[in-house]
Amino acid sequence: MTGDTTASAVLTRGFWRDNPVFVQVLGMCPVLAVTNTVENSLVMGLATSFVLVASAIIVSLTRRVIPRQVRIASYILIIATFVTMADYIIQAVSLEIHRALGAFISLIVVNCIILGRAEAFSSRNPVFKSVLDAVGMGIGFTFAIVALGTIRELLGSGTWMGWDVLGPSFEPWVIMVLPGGAFFVLGLLLFLVNVIGERR
Amino acid sequence: MNGEPLGSIFLNAVLINNFVLSAFLGICPFLGVSKKIDTAARMGAAVTFVMLVSSMCAYGVNIALAWIGAPYLQLISYIVIIASAVQLVEMFVRKFSPGLFRALGIFLPLITTNCAILGLALFQTSKNYNFVQSLVYALGAGAGFALAIVLMAGIREELELATVPHLLKGTAIVLVVAGILSLAFMGFAGLGA
Repeated sequence: MTGDTTASAVLTRGFWRDNPVFVQVLGMCPVLAVTNTVENSLVMGLATSFVLVASAIIVSLTRRVIPRQVRIASYILIIATFVTMADYIIQAVSLEIHRALGAFISLIVVNCIILGRAEAFSSRNPVFKSVLDAVGMGIGFTFAIVALGTIRELLGSGTWMGWDVLGPSFEPWVIMVLPGGAFFVLGLLLFLVNVIGERR
Repeated sequence: MNGEPLGSIFLNAVLINNFVLSAFLGICPFLGVSKKIDTAARMGAAVTFVMLVSSMCAYGVNIALAWIGAPYLQLISYIVIIASAVQLVEMFVRKFSPGLFRALGIFLPLITTNCAILGLALFQTSKNYNFVQSLVYALGAGAGFALAIVLMAGIREELELATVPHLLKGTAIVLVVAGILSLAFMGFAGLGA
């Protein structure tokens, strides 16, 4: 939260320099749990972004009203309300995806990214900037989670979004769709981010 | 009602579907508080305790919500309950065991945002466990979390002495280790019915 507070810096920060997953290492649970297919990852990323933006607006609007002592409890209530909405929306749109994601939609409530942004940014900045920050973080989170989903689905079942990419002769790496694969791929991605960071 | 025997619920939660290594719940403390074995063990104990308390409360709330017919309030009431349970545990520990309170320090309030606790409340509801089954499930989940985090802390203490390429240092190597641990736990998959 240092010097650069221009609108474009606030928006783009979440994508790379302060990427919530690769750099801040926040919100790991959904990142690891639902990334076995690209579709699940995308829905999870969008749902999390929706909750991020919506709660950023409300938290920012009420930042002068909520007393400091009860702010965390209030933020959690605001977030929980939007997560419940997201949960019902996904259920209405596609029951299949809702079933695949299971409890992890509800668990967006305890995703530290959202509470972290509410506490660190939205509670001290005007609405417009808070929305930009939330959108940036949402894009960064979705990018990270879809990247992980792409690697796991490609290697784990040879498909992308359900399309057969690698052809029938490809032998799927079963490990990639299993829990262990999630840890390995994320570890590898963090390593790659470190390598790129080193080059610059 | 779900007729699953208590022993299998416990084993299932500790080993086969370990909350951390196969359901990916509670990853944040698992990565953050696993540097030393004794802090990890204390964290495990505190989480188990909060799990037991919030599991009981969640069971009660579920009945109350069914009675007033407002299932959409489930998530909001769970999170409020967990936050208050953590506060309650904090006051209780401070009053009766100041030593433990000091040892746990900041970790105690942080348990509120541990997704394993909320996950437990949601799972026990979706699995339709009765009161005793829920308690056993909570105990198993807590034990599984403690087991995973202590194992991880043990490995990380050894890792301090190993030479790790500097680009892999930090979270990256921990994730790779977690992956291997998770593979090891898959060996338990055949244990259940």
